[in-house]
Amino acid sequence: MILTSRIDRLLSPKFYFPLILLIAALLLSLWLPPFLLHVAIMIVLFSYLGIAWNILCGYTGKLGWGHAAFFGIGAYTSTALYIFYKVSPWIGMVFGAMFAAAYGAICGVFCFRFRLGGHYLVIATIALAEVVRVVFINWADMGGAWGLLLPVVPDSWFEFQFHTTRIPYFFIALALLLMVLYVEIKLVNSKLGYYFISIKDDEGMAESLGINTFKYKVIAMVISAALTAFGGTFYAQYVLYISPETVMPLSLSTDILIGAVVGGMGTIAGPIIGAVIIQLIHEFTRAYIGRAGLDYVVAGTIMVLIALLRPHGVIEWVERMYNKIIGLLPSIAGEEIS
Amino acid sequence: MRILEVKNLTKRFGGLIALNNVSLSVEKGEILGLIGPNGAGKTTLFNCITGFYRPDSGDIIFDGQNITKLTPHDIAIRGIARTFQAVKAFQSMTILESVTTGALCRAKNLEEAKRRAVKTLEFFGLLEKKGIPTHGLTIVDQKRLGLASALATEPKLLLLDEVVAGLNPVEMEEVINLLKRIRDLGVTLFVVEHLMHLIMSIADRVIVLHHGEKIAEGKTAEVATDEKVIEAYLGERFIA
Repeated sequence: MILTSRIDRLLSPKFYFPLILLIAALLLSLWLPPFLLHVAIMIVLFSYLGIAWNILCGYTGKLGWGHAAFFGIGAYTSTALYIFYKVSPWIGMVFGAMFAAAYGAICGVFCFRFRLGGHYLVIATIALAEVVRVVFINWADMGGAWGLLLPVVPDSWFEFQFHTTRIPYFFIALALLLMVLYVEIKLVNSKLGYYFISIKDDEGMAESLGINTFKYKVIAMVISAALTAFGGTFYAQYVLYISPETVMPLSLSTDILIGAVVGGMGTIAGPIIGAVIIQLIHEFTRAYIGRAGLDYVVAGTIMVLIALLRPHGVIEWVERMYNKIIGLLPSIAGEEIS
Repeated sequence: MRILEVKNLTKRFGGLIALNNVSLSVEKGEILGLIGPNGAGKTTLFNCITGFYRPDSGDIIFDGQNITKLTPHDIAIRGIARTFQAVKAFQSMTILESVTTGALCRAKNLEEAKRRAVKTLEFFGLLEKKGIPTHGLTIVDQKRLGLASALATEPKLLLLDEVVAGLNPVEMEEVINLLKRIRDLGVTLFVVEHLMHLIMSIADRVIVLHHGEKIAEGKTAEVATDEKVIEAYLGERFIA
């Protein structure tokens, strides 16, 4: 009985429709011209980063505006290990996540010990990220303000470099995205998920029910930081050049969170939808009207419109449309499963 | 047997003395009432006991252990639960999720917490509403939910801060019955109210606070006729 109901579930539109979307994305990537493939990679990367950010900010409601620091620590750790010690970026990635997690713990303890929230937390996280950026600008061994150039080697999965085609980058980014989605879904349906949401809703009440809000806020920050660092390593291997101005600026922190905010904070699909919208606007305005920041004017205007029309994120529209499509699709199993 | 003992507790806010050398004790299994006019220091006392405020001096002993300097969640884990005067709820959760969050305090895993939450909801007659978001509830259901979440942590002592405020007489009767049933579960209750007749109908003993000081303590009927208490409530001129 349980087995048949499981198979039925696999055959229902709720399951196979997203699967079709995923396969379509994979196939499409093989045919995309280089520029569109680049846009697709950026969409997937920023979906990933948005979800990583959302784990701290969407679920516990603690608005961090300094995720560029974690991103940069991930990028610098793997790159430095590769250049100076010939460590594969895949292993460097793990070290990057560990360092970012450690810095996340420091930031978390520092901010949440003083019960920072709201605007004050935003200011504190911006400051803590700027500290990292300034340190790297002045760190001569790390290339200072010039940054680090990764030595170019032939295409290799081990060295995490691809030049003849960018398709492997797309697949890696997609794998990262699926991984973070899995982590997030597991998290939401665990004790931690309940603790995080209770913290967002009412910290006083959470404490009165025996929840150590300080501890779980720090844990959220650490998880979010480590995941963001993976994205940093990916970016370093994709662009093969990193500097404090490209992997740690305040504008990157903003780019990471704006997708989740536009899409819908505290939801699973929100950051992905937001990343699609923001990155499309970003890359196309930059490519076609990119003169002296005009792209930011257009992008900003569209974001203001979205914020006015859908303050809780575009997800409301997309959800409705998605459910409509699913409703129209037939269930292969023959009977509807709710 | 004493479950809670408060010794010489003082709490100041700047120049204002909210609690002045207050001592009291709660006996295991009783319903203790705490009354007093607005601003008497009732909620401040609760906030000190549950760790939300750090008292300036004095000690709070719960179950033989000094809990004066513990954080609110540590105190909850040791077995003191509370409700809040201004009704609080986890706005983005359903009733079941909200009570499950409380049950996680003792449950080993999420499944067990959910099972315990269902039992608690049954006790409060909220089971058929378990899927409703907490922000769409009537006041009486919000109060029930607050009680259910607190009780889900399986406390030994439950502090209730004006649990019937804002309810009509029928609903009040209902909540009073609930409190008696909670007491029958073996939970000690410490109840803040400023409705005298409510306290009269449920409390075994009453403590009266006025301007941060304890002015009376004793059996409910005795306290109700105490000169000082009447004076605190009605003012001096009405006595003469």
